[in-house]
Amino acid sequence: MEADKQPIVEIQNLSKAYHRGSQVVPVLNDLTFDIKEGEFLALMGPSGSGKSTLLNLIAGIDRADSGTIKVGAVDITALTETQLARWRADNVGFIFQFYNLIPVLTAFENVALPLLLTGLSKSERREHVEIALSIVGLDDRMDHYPGELSGGQQQRVAIARAVITDPALLVADEPTGDLDRVSAGEILDLMERLNAESGKTIVMVTHDPRAAGKAHVIKHLEKGVLNVHPEAHF
Amino acid sequence: MGKIPFSYSLRNLWTRRLTTVLTISGMALVVFVFASILMLAEGLKETLVQTGSYDNVVVIRKGSNSEVQSGIDRLSASIVETEPEVAIGVNGNRLVARELVVLINLPKRGSNKPSNVVIRGTTESSLLLRPQVKLKAGRMPRPGSSEIMAGLSIARRFNGGGLGETLRFGMRDWAVVGIFDAGNTGFNSEIWGDVDQLMQAFRRPVYSSVIFKLGNAADFDKVKLRLENDPRMTIEAKRESVYYEEQSKVMAKFLRVLGLSLTIIFSAGATIGAMITMYTAVANRTSEIGTLRALGFQRRNILTAFLMESLLLGVLGGCTGLFFASFMQLITISTMNFQTFSELAFSFSLTINIIYQSIVFSLIMGFMGGVLPAVRASRMNIVDALRAS
Amino acid sequence: MFILKLIFKNAFRHKLRTWLTIVGITIAILAFGLLRTVISTWYSGVESSSATRLVTRNAISLVFSLPLSYEESIRHVPGVKFVTRDNWFGGIYIDEKHFFPSFAIDPKNYLPLVPEFVIPGDQQAAFIRDRNAALAGRKIAEKYHWKLGDTIMLKGTIFPGNWEFVLRAIYHGRDKSTDETFFLFHWDYLNEALKKTVSGRADQVGFYFIGVTSPNVAAQVSQDIDKMFKNSLSETLTETEKAFQLGFISMSEAIIVAIRMVSAVVIIIIMAVMANTMAMTARERFGEYAVLKTLGFGGAHLAGMIFGESLVIAILGGAAGIALTFPVSRAFGRAMDNYFPVFNVATATIYMDMASALLIGLVAGIVPAWRAVHIRVADGLRRIG
Repeated sequence: MEADKQPIVEIQNLSKAYHRGSQVVPVLNDLTFDIKEGEFLALMGPSGSGKSTLLNLIAGIDRADSGTIKVGAVDITALTETQLARWRADNVGFIFQFYNLIPVLTAFENVALPLLLTGLSKSERREHVEIALSIVGLDDRMDHYPGELSGGQQQRVAIARAVITDPALLVADEPTGDLDRVSAGEILDLMERLNAESGKTIVMVTHDPRAAGKAHVIKHLEKGVLNVHPEAHF
Repeated sequence: MGKIPFSYSLRNLWTRRLTTVLTISGMALVVFVFASILMLAEGLKETLVQTGSYDNVVVIRKGSNSEVQSGIDRLSASIVETEPEVAIGVNGNRLVARELVVLINLPKRGSNKPSNVVIRGTTESSLLLRPQVKLKAGRMPRPGSSEIMAGLSIARRFNGGGLGETLRFGMRDWAVVGIFDAGNTGFNSEIWGDVDQLMQAFRRPVYSSVIFKLGNAADFDKVKLRLENDPRMTIEAKRESVYYEEQSKVMAKFLRVLGLSLTIIFSAGATIGAMITMYTAVANRTSEIGTLRALGFQRRNILTAFLMESLLLGVLGGCTGLFFASFMQLITISTMNFQTFSELAFSFSLTINIIYQSIVFSLIMGFMGGVLPAVRASRMNIVDALRAS
Repeated sequence: MFILKLIFKNAFRHKLRTWLTIVGITIAILAFGLLRTVISTWYSGVESSSATRLVTRNAISLVFSLPLSYEESIRHVPGVKFVTRDNWFGGIYIDEKHFFPSFAIDPKNYLPLVPEFVIPGDQQAAFIRDRNAALAGRKIAEKYHWKLGDTIMLKGTIFPGNWEFVLRAIYHGRDKSTDETFFLFHWDYLNEALKKTVSGRADQVGFYFIGVTSPNVAAQVSQDIDKMFKNSLSETLTETEKAFQLGFISMSEAIIVAIRMVSAVVIIIIMAVMANTMAMTARERFGEYAVLKTLGFGGAHLAGMIFGESLVIAILGGAAGIALTFPVSRAFGRAMDNYFPVFNVATATIYMDMASALLIGLVAGIVPAWRAVHIRVADGLRRIG
């Protein structure tokens, strides 16, 4: 089922190193691989292995030292900062470990944020937000502030925000890291549904084996080198 | 441009209420002082400018800085009186007055502290020459008597200056039979009486000044040239409005210099307060900034949002300061004019211009306080910002 | 001194914020000190008043003169040691921008009254000897580069015309508060000229400057003099030099009160700023304070640490402000020497500066300290997680 899908992310000779004072610490070393459209990829590996770095590079919030990343035929390594921001707004949805909702905005307003970067009218925006919130099952909590929601609910708001502009790519950095068992399960089910029903490509960094279990492909990143995880393909 | 909603900036100010209130208070105080000083200078200017008329001419001895220092003998006074440019009044009289101006030391009501008050010896023409002066209570002093009338400010503030009270000087008692209201002019701080009686009492053989109205205001330069070049006299002639404006120069400059220095110093303090607030706000919302950038907001959107917050602080501070400053209009300052050594009462005057200047000033403070932190916020590296707790 | 070190480190955790606060306090203390110095300059005349000097003027106001004949009568009043006639001349040098006080006096009777004017013996003799001689203070002599023997011309305002004098003596002040901008010349020189041109104005004295034998007789002598001339054409008012100076000052009282109020406002503004800083700092450390409480530190300890931090910042700012007050007021005094002949920073001002800095530090710490003391540990710990 995955094999005949086109690659949505094409990575060629990607390298990145961190500079700590005078020391240079290489993190990613000449990485080359593809991610197929509609794939649900889990990136695992020990702490400091660079999996978050790789995620950040794919999502366009960090810059590589060398190599290219093409997402949906756009070479994002060639974009300027301004172009990259615009690209992110249309093409990437973010799900963070600590939700990263704006505390002074309501759930509704948080979800509506990405739409402010489009040309939609107020009523159009409202329509989209209501749909997104109903997808994640939170339409009755629209006017609550993040401080009034549980961890699981906040993450669902974050997911609604991530899908509101209908991006092709979703990146998630430890989405269940701060949640209890039950909430984590709900979030993972939601992500699975988004992938299966809407065909969204998901790249997820995680430590959680249960989260990894939901993915189609598991890759292992160690010392900057990507390997297929022992648990292999599904 | 400002794609991040305005409510974001507003609500963040509301969330940190104590900090917001303190920062706004600092700015409000600065704007209060700024506006008050401008209002005081404006009040001084209004008082003195209104005191003189454009088509009246004041003739004093050459080289003297004011009527008090000046002396004009009878011959010179007669020469001035017969100049053809002097206006003729409704009853056919020339609108010209020989006046005597001296200072007497009077104690203030309540504190009993002494102050120098202007006594002006006047004629019937004097009142015609000063349409701003209107009798408010009592009656006019009878010519040839030891009766006087006092300006509103003197009646209020000085012992013996009220209606029915008596002042003693020149070995005579002078009864205050009338109070006059000269509006917002310096005449309100004067006492008027018959010029001949006062000259006798003070043993002054000469007048202080001669005031006359021009039949045609444009004749001033002609008359001035003729009078000042007349070898029989050593006088100088000024338009009455110009004369009074010059009387305030020293005080106005003093207020301006003091006001400017104070404002600069204060605004530095308040701006630092705003800067501290905004830097802290940026530091506390680092992960928020990273999130917004990740979602696709541009650097300039972040900059605008934070700048908006500090501009808001400025405007709120400015409005608060202006609000309280407007109450200063209820206060009247009674002090000595540095130039003439005589009592002058003036008030705070709020104009549209001052309101405008104050708001602009508060916006500038808000900008100066917020621009550097806002730039810092906009320049943050997304990954580092997201990593912050 | 571990506690002190801890407090210091805490204060500088946020270097930028702390430095900004310190700069703010420095500016405030500097402004406060300057304003107070402006006010004390106003009173510097009072400061340099002598308890054995009196001023007799026309009871109506200074605008009216006294007859020359009064001088002898005053001299014979018991308790009077010296009396000199004195006229405010009000001359202009070059133009109105260059202002210094000028008086016509009787040197033989005036100089003994002013021991704070220090004059070299030969110059003093020359000043007394020559009818058209002038005595100038060091400050104006230096400012205008006058040398002994120079001819100096003043334009008269009260006494019209151009008046020429020859500089025969320069005095310097014995005390720091002595005004060194006076220009003095012979009363007779003025009077002789008046007799020839405007004889009606001759033999008139602006006021009498009197020296009494001791401060105890001042009140009695004043009364005696005024009683002598009561019900005459020119009644007199005699008061001590200090009262005379205070009388002048009180006429500008409104301005002085305004300046005092403004200097208080400066302190209040910076208190708001500093309180803001401490409030923010305390809010951030909420969790830490909770942890400290679990370790056994009591509310008093926390309050002490907070006040300590606040005071450290305030004292640093205050010290810098005090240190800067001296050079800044020197520059200010030079720039404004037309208005302020004497511009010295009084010791009292320095004490007020220190007190203000301490007050700022204390007030700023009140709300944060109160909050820290009342933290419930559970709340605080929850904030960290």
